[in-house]
Amino acid sequence: MRRLEPAAIGGVMSREVANFRTIWRTTTFSSLLEPVIYLVAFGLGLGATIVNRVDGLEYVEFVGTGMVATAVIFSSALPAMFGTFVKERFQRTYDAILAAPVDVEELVTAEMLWIGLRAGVYGTFPLIVSMLFGLDPAPGMLLVPLFCFITALGFAAFGIAVAGSVAKIDQFNYVTTLVITPLFLVAGTFFPISGLPQGLQVAAQVNPLHHLVELVRHASFGFEIEDLIRVGVLVGFAVCLWRLAVRRMTARLID
Amino acid sequence: MAVPAIELSGVVKCFGAIRAVDGLDLDVPEGICLGLLGPNGAGKSTTMRLLTGQAIADEGSIRVLGHELPGESKEARALMGVVPQLDNLDVDVSVQDNLAVFARLYRVRDVGEAVDRGLALARLTGRRTDAVDKLSGGMRRRLLLARGLVHRPQLMLLDEPTVGLDPQIRTELWSLIDALRAEGKTILMSTHYIEEAERLADEVALMAEGRVIARGRPSELIAEHAGRETAEVYGPPERLAEVRTRAQADGLAVRPAGPAVAIVGAERSSNGAVPPDAVRRPASLEDVFVLLTGAEAE
Repeated sequence: MRRLEPAAIGGVMSREVANFRTIWRTTTFSSLLEPVIYLVAFGLGLGATIVNRVDGLEYVEFVGTGMVATAVIFSSALPAMFGTFVKERFQRTYDAILAAPVDVEELVTAEMLWIGLRAGVYGTFPLIVSMLFGLDPAPGMLLVPLFCFITALGFAAFGIAVAGSVAKIDQFNYVTTLVITPLFLVAGTFFPISGLPQGLQVAAQVNPLHHLVELVRHASFGFEIEDLIRVGVLVGFAVCLWRLAVRRMTARLID
Repeated sequence: MAVPAIELSGVVKCFGAIRAVDGLDLDVPEGICLGLLGPNGAGKSTTMRLLTGQAIADEGSIRVLGHELPGESKEARALMGVVPQLDNLDVDVSVQDNLAVFARLYRVRDVGEAVDRGLALARLTGRRTDAVDKLSGGMRRRLLLARGLVHRPQLMLLDEPTVGLDPQIRTELWSLIDALRAEGKTILMSTHYIEEAERLADEVALMAEGRVIARGRPSELIAEHAGRETAEVYGPPERLAEVRTRAQADGLAVRPAGPAVAIVGAERSSNGAVPPDAVRRPASLEDVFVLLTGAEAE
């Protein structure tokens, strides 16, 4: 049998779809409501009282576009970490799947693709909500789901690799505190990175989330040639983390 | 001579310093139900994981349905069905979707037909749209079995299929496994329940410390290792100790049997080593199990 068989990947994804059908209402509700809360709190609160314009944008436009990245990381890295760990350790789902003609590489790829698709859709919600708060639609925004999908693949793989590496579920606290929160704060979501110290500005350049934020802003207000490099960075991030996730999960699942 | 469905030769699997499987030689001919019987820690579950490619042998060779493992593990898995020891159904998902997902994983062409067949087998047609967490324990075990059969496999691996179940559910499962035997399906079933092995297996391979220590039909194993008759003697500990000493001096095997001692091969007693008040009964697979493994039977 070949590697990366579409039938195997599709089979694993069909399991995710079957489970998602039981939870989509709550997931969608929170994904829609969260950006509304953030926009009211930051965009209207902070924007109306302290900050008026950032990098030439209304603060609501700045935050609304930046929050796409927040939605992507929180709907990819966290579900991948917790979901993978629970399915592997507590539900023993992967034991059942790997007893079928599915290998670890196909399993990890399917999980990444499913999370990527979900995040690709949910990542656009802040943008849609922002339009209700005054963000003007632009043709480039049609590419935002693709940017979200590619970024989410990388963060899903990151989450799976972490789940395949930790011994206990509470060790995820280290990862969220030391990795995810800094990544999301130094991405240019709520404030421009140009105001940060030089070291953090350099660090932001290797932060995939920052590249997503820039791509979404440029999709809304005009692309730049450097955006091709940004897409390349996100694709490279996804590929590297994919291989890492496969390696970590193979070590975890195959004795 | 037909090629066995499963062939393990000199298989070793270590976890650190522990040799979970230690030079295992085992073949399972097509069309039989082989019971892999052994106490906890004998290496049964590791053997099952080796057969599904979820563990890689350190030494030895494994062939399943003509496919060499681990290189052709995926091909082998496509032809076998697995019923796990632990319930790993998707509890929030409907009964029919649990079956449909696995039909897809096994590349079944007509998923609808496979689901209907699985539902009928598990006697859950009327509960097809119910979430799994609405089912009773027995229903869930039947669904697990049906899930393992959703692609009409040539070979079934049953890993402790009734562990932890109450007697009524266990009997239900046994009748389903009986039906598979009647169809001529090849079954490898690990268990540590003597009664289950006696009831279901055409042949039993007794495992201890990672290898097969005895193999044969239950009646052959009993005749070879336990003779015809076992005598159970009850009484206070001092008396049991005395009986044990006399029987052993007479060359008979003695094992504990709850509040009694059991003298195995009692028909060979020649000089009064078996007291007149002993309760005589036909020798059993349990006698063989305890004598050979040193473990208490369940």
